[in-house]
Amino acid sequence: MKDIIVSLKELGKNYNGLDVLQNINLDLKAGEVLGLFGHNGAGKTTMMKLILGVIEASSGSVNVFDVAPQSKQAWHSRKKIGYLPENVSFYDHLTGLEVLTYFARLKTSPKPQVKQLLEQVGLTHAINRPVKTYSKGMRQRLGLAQAFLGEPKLLLLDEPTVGLDPIATKEFYLSVDNLKSKGASVILCSHVLPGVEQHIDRAMILAGGKMQALGTLNDLRNQADLPVNIAAHGLNGAVLDDPKLNLHLIKNTSENSQLQVPEQNKISVLKHLLAYDNITDIHLDAPTLEQLYQHYLNKHDQQKNVTKQGTQL
Amino acid sequence: MMHPIFAVALKEFQDGLRNRWLISITLIFAILSLGLSYYGSIASGQIGTISISSTIASLSSLAVFLIPLIALLLSYDSFVGEQESGTLLLLLTYPLSHKQLLLGKFLGQGAIITLATCLGFGSAAILLFITSDVQNIFSSFGLFILTATLLGLCFTAIAYVISLSVNEKSKAAGIALMIWFFFVLVFDLALLGILVGIEDGLSQNLLVQIMMFNPADLFRLINLSALDTSDVNGVLAVAINSSLSPMTLTLIMAGWILIPLSIASIIFKKKTL
Repeated sequence: MKDIIVSLKELGKNYNGLDVLQNINLDLKAGEVLGLFGHNGAGKTTMMKLILGVIEASSGSVNVFDVAPQSKQAWHSRKKIGYLPENVSFYDHLTGLEVLTYFARLKTSPKPQVKQLLEQVGLTHAINRPVKTYSKGMRQRLGLAQAFLGEPKLLLLDEPTVGLDPIATKEFYLSVDNLKSKGASVILCSHVLPGVEQHIDRAMILAGGKMQALGTLNDLRNQADLPVNIAAHGLNGAVLDDPKLNLHLIKNTSENSQLQVPEQNKISVLKHLLAYDNITDIHLDAPTLEQLYQHYLNKHDQQKNVTKQGTQL
Repeated sequence: MMHPIFAVALKEFQDGLRNRWLISITLIFAILSLGLSYYGSIASGQIGTISISSTIASLSSLAVFLIPLIALLLSYDSFVGEQESGTLLLLLTYPLSHKQLLLGKFLGQGAIITLATCLGFGSAAILLFITSDVQNIFSSFGLFILTATLLGLCFTAIAYVISLSVNEKSKAAGIALMIWFFFVLVFDLALLGILVGIEDGLSQNLLVQIMMFNPADLFRLINLSALDTSDVNGVLAVAINSSLSPMTLTLIMAGWILIPLSIASIIFKKKTL
């Protein structure tokens, strides 16, 4: 297919006999934003390096813009890729303007873009100051400007919002949405951060080098089958006496009754609640990304414990 | 649009200007050569008349310590420094090959060394030419400047091998210091030991051949064999009347640039970041 930008097939990477990444399958389409989540050491950065062609796969295949990223043909597609590494500190003695000019030359992107990008990330006031005087957030912004150089069609961003204040984070997501609307694919690699949900199309959860889950947030919710939180107001003690409801009750005050209901019972419970005349308000919270993430990680840990016990026996 | 090799070279060159490397190396070389030519003439008891031969001889024996040290200092952290700050990984995701990055750095830092050598020793040569009536200043200094530049480039290339072989800046610094100590001191002492210790002695031919394995010795050999032998002593005095022409020796020095650069390139290709 033509509009598949990144295609990973049974991808694996092995460092000195240690499997850091196993059996990853992914097709990333043009204009798609993927959230890549996992703890430190889960294999996120390794996966990015494989896509970038900095390291070689031990098994399986990587295709980016229809070519293997380590091949000679991948040369030109590198101009279309933007990468923000984790913890890059740049050249301390150069000014922000000089750093970005250097990278722009290497990427052969047009000169006016340098100042425009520095303005876009809000560094205009500091372009002539050495990078060593920059705060962590400012360095991060410079890194982002660097990743946005050229007209990237694929962006790989490792912990992009670390060190950014809430306003800068919002602006960052705006830039991502903007690039996405121009057809760029984005892989956002991070710990789970609040606010990331609205900006990703799909999420991949990695643990121990293995893919724990991949899909849209709805897919993941359905798969995980986590209970839905329902908060009903104004019921007083009525819930306690209702056999259909008190089953799910986790907290009850005179004002507020909190229920945790399995997905398949959601509608019937809601109907039941609405039948009460004195109900004043009702809140429905689907499981957050954070809860999903936690769920898949717990599942992974349990599997690991099971196999451990298995070998001990 | 700028070729990536030149973009890297330009950045390295500007770094050299910014860190005051160029100006300080140039000054060191100029002061050294001027001082030696005047004090050298006083020491030989002929105030005013300058012996080019003794000047070059003393300059060579000082430069052979200084130039490798300067080149190693300038370049030992070229790669490992960028590896530590994370920019090396980033650069490799750019449309820039390993070879282009290596060559670009070599071009930029090499230009600093070359320019400093030419300006520093060259300005001394010009001053000597104006203030004295010695005839062959430019040919003697010309060979000296050429080989001094080559010596600097050799050790820049060696510094890249070190910088690419390790993962910590401090380790690179330690190894660079040991390499310097080996080539400028240990190597010659060992050779002298062999010369004295072995009953039959080494044949002159074998001695010169062993010296090919040390760019610092090559540098001295080329410069001193062009002079009156009366100004030369030590191991070199034995080797000096070898059959190899300065031209051949200079080419071997060039080999001492190309081979470490190729080794650096191979190590770089295999390096995992």
